[in-house]
Amino acid sequence: MLLIECPWCGKRHETEFRYGGEAHIARPEKPEDLSDSEWANFLFMRTNTKGVFAERWYHANGCRQWFNALRHTVSHEFIGVYKMGEKPPVSVQGSEDR
Amino acid sequence: MTKYSIFSIARNAFSHHKNWPRQWRSPEPQKEYDVIIVGGGGHGLATAYYLAKEHGITNIAVLEKGWLGGGNTARNTTIVRSNYLWDESAAIYEKSLQLWEGLSQDINYNVMLSQRGVMNLAHSLGDVREGVRRVNANRLNGVDAEWLDADGVKEFCPIINVSKDARHPVLGATLQRRGGVARHDSVAWGYARAADMRGVDIIQNCEVTGITRDGGKVTGVETTRGFIGAKKVGLVAAGHSSVLASMADVRLPIDSHPLQALVSEPIKPVIDCVVMSGAVHVYVSQSDKGELVMGAGIDSFNSYGQRGSFHVIEHQLGACLELFPIFSRVRMMRSWGGIVDTCPDASPLVTKTPVEGLYVNAGWGTGGFKATPASGWCFAHTLARDEPHPLNAPFNLDRFTTGALIDEHGAAGVAH
Repeated sequence: MLLIECPWCGKRHETEFRYGGEAHIARPEKPEDLSDSEWANFLFMRTNTKGVFAERWYHANGCRQWFNALRHTVSHEFIGVYKMGEKPPVSVQGSEDR
Repeated sequence: MTKYSIFSIARNAFSHHKNWPRQWRSPEPQKEYDVIIVGGGGHGLATAYYLAKEHGITNIAVLEKGWLGGGNTARNTTIVRSNYLWDESAAIYEKSLQLWEGLSQDINYNVMLSQRGVMNLAHSLGDVREGVRRVNANRLNGVDAEWLDADGVKEFCPIINVSKDARHPVLGATLQRRGGVARHDSVAWGYARAADMRGVDIIQNCEVTGITRDGGKVTGVETTRGFIGAKKVGLVAAGHSSVLASMADVRLPIDSHPLQALVSEPIKPVIDCVVMSGAVHVYVSQSDKGELVMGAGIDSFNSYGQRGSFHVIEHQLGACLELFPIFSRVRMMRSWGGIVDTCPDASPLVTKTPVEGLYVNAGWGTGGFKATPASGWCFAHTLARDEPHPLNAPFNLDRFTTGALIDEHGAAGVAH
């Protein structure tokens, strides 16, 4: 059972949240210029990190705000939460297990 | 190696069953192999077996970071069926069911296939239409399928609650009589023994830590037991597929999630079929030991932790009691989680990759156990011929670029 700290509401039960998957997948600036393989990469290909993972959560049964979180995908420990549009508080690359 | 038969049992009875030989060797890794299979679960071992049997390639190693069948092969709810909606899925899962039906004889190992019938319940008009459509699609594809109304459901599984007053009343069900369950450990052990008898090296406690390449072509793998050379490498690592593929800079459309299952205390025989419900979301069967075996959907978040959250179990038990009020006082004995590799279209990848000599068999998500024989059979063909068999050709990596997705979300008869 996860206890998730919403940046607005504080620590709440996991059942109040919806999961949004991998964070920081930027919407293409010029969608009309994308090749099929670039679309595939944007839409479907995922990092699926084993280790510290930047992901999105939505406080659906609360303040209804989206936010980002860093969470370890083996221990499930939350490293930190931060608002949409912000950079991760610690480097994700350097702390990966693999 | 002893062939298992009634005579070998009788012979060994004279020595009080103390002299049964080991089922497979535990060899030291050689310097190089023709094919290395990464992952010693059911799919990986089946791949090695069919490479040896169908394609005459026996210079193979199966590398397993833990022990054989200790991952999802040991953690699933052992349901076997082939009643998928789309042609591509029906073809590969039906091939699998046909292999299942002859498997115990083929590998001389009792996989305890019990074709007790699988029911997929319908709880709404939408479910009914979807179910009847799937029955028709199955029949057109040569897959046995029947539609049962609520009375038929009650007759087939008397303990089920078909009251009209239920919050999600049972309106009917699809039934595949050839579906059922098999013994999960036997599948891993049987394929391991059969592959080993044909000369395959099965190397346990050997984790792959890198995939070496030379000019875009695979040359071998780095492992915790040193470098092992290989002309071809097949990744069959379920939840860890993305981790392994990233070692060769291949990106996969896979997210890894926990999928939980649980068993009750053993009770007397009470349910002699498999019942699945995508709408209230639980699936139930009873093991030969008497335990009720249950599972449902994945935990929402990405994880490699082999455990999930309690509210997911709570939800599936709520669904279970909705269908089977008789179970209200049964105590649950244990629960566990496995890491499933989910694709965006809920269909697998059995495919070549952009890296020459590197092949991936992954993305089976929540339903891989039933596919074990055909998955190995098709992947062996792909590895041996360097091209997919027509059965697994649609399950390629390119479909995410071309858009030829095989959308089995819900279409498979149970929500994924």
